[in-house]
Amino acid sequence: MRNKNKVIIYIVLVIMSFIMLVPFAWMVLTAFKTVGESTQMDPFVIFPSHWRVDNFVKVVHNVNFGRLYFNTIAMIALRVLCAVLTSTIAGYAFARLQFKGRDLMFALVLFQMMIPSQIFIIPQYVMVSKLGWTNSLLGLLFPGMVSAFGTFLLRQAYLGLPKELEEAARLDGCNIGQTFLFIMAPLTKSSMVALGIFTAVFAYKDLMWPMIVCPDTNKTTLASALSKMQGQFSSNYPELMAAALIACLPMIVIYVIFQKQFIEGIATSGGKL
Amino acid sequence: MGNKKKITNRQKSEFIWGWLFILPTMVGLIVLNIIPIFQTIYQSFFKTGDFGKGNIFVGGANYAKVFADTEVWQALWNTLKYAVVEVPISIIISLVLAVFLNGKIKCKITFRTIFFLPMVAAPAAIAMVWRWLYNSEFGLLNHILPGKTNWISNPKIAIYSIAIIGIWSIIGYNMVLFLAGLQEVPRDYYEAAAIDGATGVQQFFSLTIPLISPTIFFVLVTRVIAAMQVFDVIYMVIDNNNPALMKTQSLVCLFYKYSFTQSNKGYGATVVVVLLVVIMFFTVLQMIGQKKWVHYN
Repeated sequence: MRNKNKVIIYIVLVIMSFIMLVPFAWMVLTAFKTVGESTQMDPFVIFPSHWRVDNFVKVVHNVNFGRLYFNTIAMIALRVLCAVLTSTIAGYAFARLQFKGRDLMFALVLFQMMIPSQIFIIPQYVMVSKLGWTNSLLGLLFPGMVSAFGTFLLRQAYLGLPKELEEAARLDGCNIGQTFLFIMAPLTKSSMVALGIFTAVFAYKDLMWPMIVCPDTNKTTLASALSKMQGQFSSNYPELMAAALIACLPMIVIYVIFQKQFIEGIATSGGKL
Repeated sequence: MGNKKKITNRQKSEFIWGWLFILPTMVGLIVLNIIPIFQTIYQSFFKTGDFGKGNIFVGGANYAKVFADTEVWQALWNTLKYAVVEVPISIIISLVLAVFLNGKIKCKITFRTIFFLPMVAAPAAIAMVWRWLYNSEFGLLNHILPGKTNWISNPKIAIYSIAIIGIWSIIGYNMVLFLAGLQEVPRDYYEAAAIDGATGVQQFFSLTIPLISPTIFFVLVTRVIAAMQVFDVIYMVIDNNNPALMKTQSLVCLFYKYSFTQSNKGYGATVVVVLLVVIMFFTVLQMIGQKKWVHYN
């Protein structure tokens, strides 16, 4: 009985893994095919006859991937840095300091978390245009300069630390800034990492904001540039798949190497969203 | 006396440090989010002039137009259809997968890594691959499955094809959250149930679901909110000349089209305010409904 259950479980898991992997495999296989091979139906071609790199050469020639990578990585790095920095100090203050106006301000943080983000986009775009930040890195960073969710997450982390630590630091003559920097902040490193990963994944996946704020194909992110390529290469699927693969592969490789941190980061932060 | 002064000093210093620490976040939130909420609502009472220039106050005319606009009603209906398919199916599949992976399983990490994989791929890339899989002439799906289905150009089924992409993309994310919830369930509960002779299926319904019902509720609420905001996949998969466009575009697609393609920000703002109201309605509904099935201990 138990063994039979185990077998069923493994069969389900293997079938699901297959379903999850087929689109990725098809992306890779198509990227190495010629257009002829990709549209041949009788017989249907699964593996390319030769593993050609022509499609990759062609899209790299047509699209400035180096530039797109730079824009994407710079945007992610800036957003992660800003979100972690501002959320960590604000989270500490909301969790551990008593001051007038605190609860009202925290109510604003919670309120922001409940509002769908599209509500903010038109005014944010108007601000970015007025500042002259369209088609720039600052424009890409703009809505991610602070994080209500990150503040909430870090506040939770500080609430979970014992009070005695701060008392001891205070008796040793540390002021609040020193207590935070040397005693408390190092203890919430794992929450900061979780927030960083969470911010990075969602910044990488963001499509609408970069499309609006950086329409210039050289100034935008990978995600938004891909959406334009679809029109550019119309129905040349081998080339489209090569482009998609170039855009996805580095993130996937990083994820596979650090999968434990990725998944734990998402589990601890996503679960509190 | 001295003691009292010490406390006030401490209070003063907590006040200064406290505001110093929250200042960047609060300034950012107020400028980037809180004020824009009111600006968007304000904007929804204006009509953007021709060529996107000028703002003409029109009172409730945009709202009157929304209520009479069949395209908006159809988009709301598309959005609801998408959510009704994507959310429950993805939750059921990911819950089952999480329960399986929570047991003693070989290659647990490998399975978990594979299921979560779509989360780290750009949605634009995912949409392109699925579009290719769905291709009616040369697509892999029509080659494997019998018949010739127009997955994304048949207005009757296109929204469900889109929902399949949504389900495939989100299973891993939900599963990771469920796994985290399951890890907090004490093992002895299951051992006790096994001694009582409960089968795996019985354990799933009588133990697992009630014990992690707070996690299920949390995932449900956040997934409904996210599903109501579906945009990326529809925008990428459905072209402007796709015959299924009207039957697939979501409210956020309309918001994008009005605000940024046609630069009619007034009407775009109205659509997004409607979206806000719809999302709040469903969230409150779930908050009320949770009392019936969510067990906090």
